[in-house]
Amino acid sequence: MFDYESLRLIWWALMGVLLIGFALTDGYDMGVAALLPWVARSDAERRMVINTVGPHWEGHQVWFITGGGAIFAAWPFVYAVSFSGFYLAMFVVLASLILRPVGFKYRSKRDDKAWRTRWDYALFVGGFVPVLVFGVAVGNVLSGAPFRLDSDLRSFYEGSFFGLFTPFTLLCGLLSLAMLVLHGSAWITLRVERGPVHARAKLFGMIAGLASIVLFAAGWAFVAFTNLGYRIVSTVDPLGQSNPLRTISEPFAGAWLANYGTHPWMVVAPVLGFAGAVLALFGIGRNSEALAFTGSSLSTVGIIATVGLSMFPYILPSSIDVHSSLTVWNASSTAKTLGIMVFVTVILLPIVLAYTSWAMKVMWGRVTSEDVRTNVDFY
Amino acid sequence: MDPGVIDLSRLQFALTALYHFLFVPLTLGLSFMLVIMESVYVMTNRPIWRVITRFWGRLFAINFVLGVSTGLTMEFQFGTNWSYFSHYVGDIFGAPLAIEGLMAFFLEATIVGVMFFGWNRLSKLAHLIVTFLVALGTNLSALWILIANGWMQNPVGAQFNPETMRMEVSDFGQVLFNPIAQAKFVHTVSAGYVCASVFVLGISAFYLLKGKYAGVAKRSMAVAAAFGLLSSLSVVVLGDESGYALTDNQKMKLAAIEAAWHTAPAPAGITLIGMPDTVARTTRYSVEVPWVLGLIATRSLDKQVTGMSELVLKAQERITSGVIAYDAVQKLKTNPTNVAERARFEAHKRDLGYALLLKGHVADPRTASPQLIAATAWDVVPNVGLMFWSFRIMAFIGFYMIALFATAFVLASLRRHDSTRWFLRLALFSIPLPWVAIELGWILAEIGRQPWAIEGVLPTFLAASSLSRGALWTTIFGFTALYGALAVIEVRLMIASIKKGPFEHHEDPQPEPGPIPATPLVA
Repeated sequence: MFDYESLRLIWWALMGVLLIGFALTDGYDMGVAALLPWVARSDAERRMVINTVGPHWEGHQVWFITGGGAIFAAWPFVYAVSFSGFYLAMFVVLASLILRPVGFKYRSKRDDKAWRTRWDYALFVGGFVPVLVFGVAVGNVLSGAPFRLDSDLRSFYEGSFFGLFTPFTLLCGLLSLAMLVLHGSAWITLRVERGPVHARAKLFGMIAGLASIVLFAAGWAFVAFTNLGYRIVSTVDPLGQSNPLRTISEPFAGAWLANYGTHPWMVVAPVLGFAGAVLALFGIGRNSEALAFTGSSLSTVGIIATVGLSMFPYILPSSIDVHSSLTVWNASSTAKTLGIMVFVTVILLPIVLAYTSWAMKVMWGRVTSEDVRTNVDFY
Repeated sequence: MDPGVIDLSRLQFALTALYHFLFVPLTLGLSFMLVIMESVYVMTNRPIWRVITRFWGRLFAINFVLGVSTGLTMEFQFGTNWSYFSHYVGDIFGAPLAIEGLMAFFLEATIVGVMFFGWNRLSKLAHLIVTFLVALGTNLSALWILIANGWMQNPVGAQFNPETMRMEVSDFGQVLFNPIAQAKFVHTVSAGYVCASVFVLGISAFYLLKGKYAGVAKRSMAVAAAFGLLSSLSVVVLGDESGYALTDNQKMKLAAIEAAWHTAPAPAGITLIGMPDTVARTTRYSVEVPWVLGLIATRSLDKQVTGMSELVLKAQERITSGVIAYDAVQKLKTNPTNVAERARFEAHKRDLGYALLLKGHVADPRTASPQLIAATAWDVVPNVGLMFWSFRIMAFIGFYMIALFATAFVLASLRRHDSTRWFLRLALFSIPLPWVAIELGWILAEIGRQPWAIEGVLPTFLAASSLSRGALWTTIFGFTALYGALAVIEVRLMIASIKKGPFEHHEDPQPEPGPIPATPLVA
């Protein structure tokens, strides 16, 4: 039905859809968790905040898991190289993400202040740490990772855990944090009763929104004025078999902005990143929670799409070997597997969206302090 | 490759997978038991069944959350620790994992929130449908994971491509309808149902022994007796021996389980017990029952069950043939269009994986002497002692479960299940047994597959990531500490919830006074 080139493009876009889906849904859960100890003080307040995401975080987390599975299926090289390369960072992410479900579920099981406070901080870690590390990881992808492939296509990673943290990658980590804290704040304002928690969420939302705009602009400055970027110097066969060794790359300062020159429509993504954040700030200021949440969502879509579009066709460049960089044209599964997976995704993803919306509708409404006192099903 | 890194990678995978699978079977089974209990509530409209469903639902929730958390690790561990595996078979193996997420895990995880929180927001029937969808999602999840695992045991529908240095899918239908995957699915989910039945049976027995919550306990026990009897029969009768004749490795598994060092005349006898001696390659003090193994394994009287020595000889031939394919692949690397080498590769490609076994002993398999090839062929024999004993303990527990549930069923039918104290004690102390059998089942499946990560395709020692020992020790220590702490918390919360009993909230109806009215037995 589609040729290999189209299938690769479709799966590149679908990878973006899944990652954006993860950020839009689980992103606010993590933002909410990262805010929990600060936005809510008493146990009743914290339970209010927790129960805005209580029925949904489980489903949202599946975007991450499915994203992982889909990258495995469609971009096996990317799955193999990135997760083994960022090994300890990945462990830190998994360990903190594991704290989150148990935090949600076990916190309310005992009416004991010390017990609940401990879980509050576990939830904080479960939100704050993954969001920061995801951002740092994206920063490393933009900078290129120190890996090489041998002739058997086995990957060797030559960096260290602390090597992941450079000024640019930390900036990306902070941007990721600001972006999702804004999104989480917007969600809290949308879903808790108006009162002290609501007011604090607005304040955090304001700060995060402004930080998001400043950091996103700083990210652009880094990309424009430092030596970030790679370009392909060999011929590219978009229909060729997936073997990264056949592509030759070289570092090229400013290359991450080149696509906006050749395809001006791509500017939509960074504009959305800024405009969404402005819209969110406007919504928070005007006490229009729906507008604020729309704004934070659009900003998240814009920022993530900017990363993908800036790097295209690169997915994971190598900083130490000109023959090892992974691109849309050399790192995918076979056309057969990509085709089957497009078919499966086109059928199943709308169904997923349908029942996710239905679940959201069933549980919709502002969580009140009254609910927290009387609803026995609540965390 | 550093052998220490491989051993540590295997250790970590074993620890995290076995730990994950402490929670999964209960989720698989208890979700369907909740459907049964809630169906009775919807049909009879009696509040006690709502109490029962919600009570087991609370225990389900405590268990579910750890299954989900530890599943995260599993989804990414192929990439973190088995990156060459991920590259080598990602074209086939990734798809079932992705489909599992899209088709099953999204469903179960999204809907489970509504199941826990939606009791007062949905009609009775709608909530029952929600509970059913959770059960469906968890079981579909198992199906896709076992399609992936089954493919590792029997890698059908795929071929090696020297241009991309990996296995690529040729027939996705064969991957889906892999008979080993189908057998594994039925066996594994049935084991999960047994596990949940024993859990419900044992805790109900505990209440009856204490003389507490008799209304809830008796009814729960009746459900467990019926569901457990069907499931325990299914787990044994539909055990996954049916696939043991399919591939060389599956034959080897069977031979190792039976400690069958040589091919015996058909139909082979089954060794009930004995002492396998891996040095002398013989089994001492064995007690055999004639014919039985041949009947089970080949479903015939005239087919042989191949012994290990004969399978090793076959492996030796396949290594020799594989070296030719390996040589052709090396030449195709420099010149992909070499027609002669391409033809040599095509002729021997099904044995390529066997040549890779030599890489455990020599850098370039093409330099291996015939003596080395003969010695390497013995690598295809897994740990016979472990296989032999794991199987016997697992199978013994399987038959014990049938006896336990048959007794429970008879007692429940006679309405004496609440008063037969020896049986209640037996049921209580049987709670850990299904977990023992299930974990041994996985050890059997995965140790039995050794030395292969993918049967006949990729040896385990080549599949691991190029990591350092330090990194692996860090994560093994980290996971052990985290998982250990969570296990302690989980068990404590479970026990606290059980002690608190089914009537946790004031809105639930209080236990009915006086004798409990007769209960319809449900199945």
